[in-house]
Amino acid sequence: MRLLSCAVALICATLAAQSPKYGVGRTPAGEEIRAMDLSILPDGTGLPEGRGTVAEGRDVYARRCARCHGANGEGGDEPKQAPLVGGRGSLKTPKPLKTIGSYWPYAPTIWDYVNRAMPLDRPGTLTHDQVYSLVAFLLRMNGIIGENDVLDAKTLPKIRMPNRDGFVPDARPDTGKQAKKPAVKTSGS
Amino acid sequence: MAGWSTRRRFFEATAALSGFLAGCKRQTSADVEEGPRRIGKPLRAYGERSAFEKAARALPTTKILEVGSSYTPLAETPGIITPSALHYERLHSGVPTIDPAEHRLLIHGMVDRPLIFTMDDLRRLPSVSRICFIECAGNSHLGYGRRDSPTVQLSHGLASCSEWTGVRLGLLLSEAGVQKGAKWILAEGADACKMQRSIPIEKAMDDILVAYGQNGEALRPEQGYPLRLVIPGWEGNANVKWLRRLKAVDQPYMTRDETSKYTDSMPDGTAREFTFVMEAKSVVTFPSGGQKLPGPGFFEITGLAWSGRGRIERVEISTDGGVTWQDADLSEPRLPMAFTRFRLGWRWNGREVTVQSRAIDESGYVQPSHEELVAVRGPNYEYHNNGIRVWKINADGTVTDAAA
Repeated sequence: MRLLSCAVALICATLAAQSPKYGVGRTPAGEEIRAMDLSILPDGTGLPEGRGTVAEGRDVYARRCARCHGANGEGGDEPKQAPLVGGRGSLKTPKPLKTIGSYWPYAPTIWDYVNRAMPLDRPGTLTHDQVYSLVAFLLRMNGIIGENDVLDAKTLPKIRMPNRDGFVPDARPDTGKQAKKPAVKTSGS
Repeated sequence: MAGWSTRRRFFEATAALSGFLAGCKRQTSADVEEGPRRIGKPLRAYGERSAFEKAARALPTTKILEVGSSYTPLAETPGIITPSALHYERLHSGVPTIDPAEHRLLIHGMVDRPLIFTMDDLRRLPSVSRICFIECAGNSHLGYGRRDSPTVQLSHGLASCSEWTGVRLGLLLSEAGVQKGAKWILAEGADACKMQRSIPIEKAMDDILVAYGQNGEALRPEQGYPLRLVIPGWEGNANVKWLRRLKAVDQPYMTRDETSKYTDSMPDGTAREFTFVMEAKSVVTFPSGGQKLPGPGFFEITGLAWSGRGRIERVEISTDGGVTWQDADLSEPRLPMAFTRFRLGWRWNGREVTVQSRAIDESGYVQPSHEELVAVRGPNYEYHNNGIRVWKINADGTVTDAAA
């Protein structure tokens, strides 16, 4: 009996914890959620159908990206854009060059960012195929994939970015009496 | 070199703008001879400041102003509240125009009940107000490696403080019923680039606000109208503006703005990630760079202190190069994760001298010197520069960056 009342109390508590208190707001349709949920996880979850090649990316880049990012991803002064290419091996030097190739830890993040935020003057207007192609071109320019590699929802997440293990947790406070011991790098470039 | 000269022009322009002490004579009522009195201006529905007041955000000189930052004129904002019109801006894709009647907030992912809220829905729910600062992670970035920001507006103006009103994020998440295993909340804005950041669930359930009010009115468009996150004590970038979506997930999304940006480069080539907390910081706003003392005599040293770990407990001031320090008066209210105003009466003897402030928060953390920070983090650590700023008062009364 005591066991039963405990069980009932537990169920009641669980229900109370899970039921809405105010009941304000409405339930969205699945379609509404899908239309808004553009985000791509680092393992590629959320990547849509489509495919892209380096050659197509080279063409899209020249038309939509080169004006700001430079003909070869070297960056530009106005608008000021950091380079997209190079910098491998520079992160430990006094002048680190952070690019997609040298710094970004996950390839699907490049897809996500180009898809949602580029080109600056008309974000969200590239087709999925164009985004895959641009990512292919940028990775090719950084020497990460081959000239004939094709990118899609299956192949893109398999790419291992050079700086994949270059990140460490927040180690602050790192000054004064409260300073923690410096974070230890585990692996990576 | 092109970049340097651009910055130089930017500084010269803004230094000129903020040089209100540099001898510009203002017309006051006393200057006008007493005569027949004229009736003043009529009532008006929405007020504006006096035409004599010129404090303004400093804009970059770049051609494209839809991306970048504008800086709060901290030397010209008395008290602890930043006027909404002077709150610093950080834009990634311009300011969107959003009709609040059309705006929706979606909560989905690892929740029992996905929900969509209208603005009217959100205003029905229990609300809270609190005063807190928002500081861009990149505030004082000009001062870290290059140390070439001659005014407090440029060196510290990516921080502002407002009273924010809205609904607790924890309340909204509880309404949706966050499932066991959800560790992060992805927050996404409705600006053109749909800026997104991942936020740990513990903080989301703790003190984050989904805010629609700022300083007694609706959010300003550039501050996220009609809805934004306000995350007390955490870097500005995570305070997602124009908030349209929250997704409960079991892992961070590793978005562009939490991997390639807003990560902190260390000398060994690694970078710290998810460095959310803005550590204790203070700066003297008077006397500060670009100003000029008219001559020896009494002045009140004043400035602002804040900490992402709670209340400011003490602010110490040194006018002898850091040899001796004395406590400044801390003005009430002294709120956690809010600007705290400090003041100290002082007599300038007319000789070259430096002035600096050092904040200590309730956790016992002591604001470090620039040298202490660089010793640990190296010269390429772009964000989270909370080092002590030293101003030099020259014999002619002009004030400059002591490190320049």
